[in-house]
Amino acid sequence: MTIKEIQEELIDEFSMFDDWMERYEYMIDLGKSLPLINPKEKTEDKLIKGCQSKVWLHSELKNDKVVFTADSDAIITKGIIAILIRVFSNQPPEAIINADTDFIDAIGLKEHLSPTRANGLVSMIKQLKLYAVAYQAQLK
Amino acid sequence: MAFDIEKIRADFPILKRTVNTYPLVYLDNAATSQKPQQVIDSIVGYYSNYNANIHRGVHSLSQEATDAYEMARQKIQKHFNAAHAHEIIFTPGTTHGINLIANGFSSLLKKGDEIIVSALEHHSNIVPWQMLCEKTGAQLKVIPMNEEGTLVMSAYKELLSERTKLVFVNHISNALGTINPIEEIIQLAHEVNAAVLIDGAQSCSHIKPDLQELDVDFYVTSAHKMCGPTGIGMLYLKEEWGKKLPPYQGGGEMIAEVTFEKTTYAEMPHKFEAGTPNISGGIAFGAAIDYLNTIGFKAIEAHENALLNYATEALLAIEGLKIYGTGTAKTSVISFNIEGVHPYDMGTILDKLGIAVRTGHHCAQPIMEFYKIPGTVRASFAFYNTLEEVDRLVAGVKKAKMMLS
Ligand SMILES: Cc1ncc(COP(=O)(O)O)c(C=O)c1O
Repeated sequence: MTIKEIQEELIDEFSMFDDWMERYEYMIDLGKSLPLINPKEKTEDKLIKGCQSKVWLHSELKNDKVVFTADSDAIITKGIIAILIRVFSNQPPEAIINADTDFIDAIGLKEHLSPTRANGLVSMIKQLKLYAVAYQAQLK
Repeated sequence: MAFDIEKIRADFPILKRTVNTYPLVYLDNAATSQKPQQVIDSIVGYYSNYNANIHRGVHSLSQEATDAYEMARQKIQKHFNAAHAHEIIFTPGTTHGINLIANGFSSLLKKGDEIIVSALEHHSNIVPWQMLCEKTGAQLKVIPMNEEGTLVMSAYKELLSERTKLVFVNHISNALGTINPIEEIIQLAHEVNAAVLIDGAQSCSHIKPDLQELDVDFYVTSAHKMCGPTGIGMLYLKEEWGKKLPPYQGGGEMIAEVTFEKTTYAEMPHKFEAGTPNISGGIAFGAAIDYLNTIGFKAIEAHENALLNYATEALLAIEGLKIYGTGTAKTSVISFNIEGVHPYDMGTILDKLGIAVRTGHHCAQPIMEFYKIPGTVRASFAFYNTLEEVDRLVAGVKKAKMMLS
């Protein structure tokens, strides 16, 4: 599936819920399916510091596609990471570079991606894209 | 005046609003308090009726503004029972006051001197002392705390010596709510001729310190935590120190006479108040003090203690909940965690329920390191909070726990 298709799929899934509590419970559930970063990779250089919750992000290039694994110490953050990874992982670098994150708004989780929220997610998206840029250069 | 909570709440326009469709429950008072209409009106009144620069105009508006600003200084002096109004220096807030003193001591300290701070400090306020030590070669010593979050006084006594020049302690800890025994801390410091600076950022909304009785050298606080506006605070500076300390910043107001060869400085308080000050802020600070005094600190304390006790009991009944800061002397602050639940997650769910608490390390990383936790959830209560709001908090914590574990 393309990034756009996965985003549409997520919007579809989240449209089933009519209150925030159900959306959050679903997001927390999605967090449990997050492809976890290998504990060996949980090193300082893989750590994205938000002021309040920590995010670890690791990437590899497999068959010209970027594969991400990650983790967080907070489970709501973990849920959002799982959503982002589902969208961005296993995609060609170029698609990752060009993708936007507007779908987060559509699924009602916009507040988590505010640059002033201290959860490290905005930095994480930046980092996802930086990895993609680096792999893109490698492929050329 | 009888304590009429409904009447008090009606003074605070913000308490009528909703957050995420729920009526707001504001329990982040230790970060900043809400403002009553009386304080808001004093700001609007100044800008609408007598806005002018102070201390320099002969015209009527300037005179009115100067009178109002100086009247506020006197209110603050009376409230804190300082001996003189000129011992009250207006500052932008606690942080600024601390830096002013740290800067002043840079010309008084030398290698081998010692500064004592406590393990309970707001961590940003440790930085000015570290900078001062780097500059002067003085050494920083730390009074440790125990598991309850209370300072170990026997360790403090051992740290004190004739090398001690300054002791810096907060009156109440922002992370845990512990009330420190500052009377004893000041007295012991004076026995070795050390000066004492008390950080009153957290205390002045709960208690009314008597500065002469405390015999403290310096005391700082911020108006915004006591129903006043942001960007204004006070530094109390005992008169004798006004001569010993050099001015902090150069500029208008702080000078008596200037030639290119030499400037003579103005007397206190102006020596420490360079430039056009936050005039509306100072006036509104005075209005905030008036407001708190009409309610009365006895009534405030009684109501807040009732909230604290009620909330502590109800929260402790939740399985897996642990409160940090369990000393007997504490204000209406509850710092807690639930086993297995990250404070960030808890804060996020509570916010969805319209409940504002603070989560994280509360600018007190050394305390979090002591307990080996990433942070806590902190609910801090003010006199305008209600028992029903405590019920909402407790129900919210239970709901969040269910969702998160
Ligand atoms: C104990 C303590 N000291 C100092 C400060 C800093 O106050 P301000 O930011 O108003 O300068 C705070 C505020 O959080 C505090 O709680």
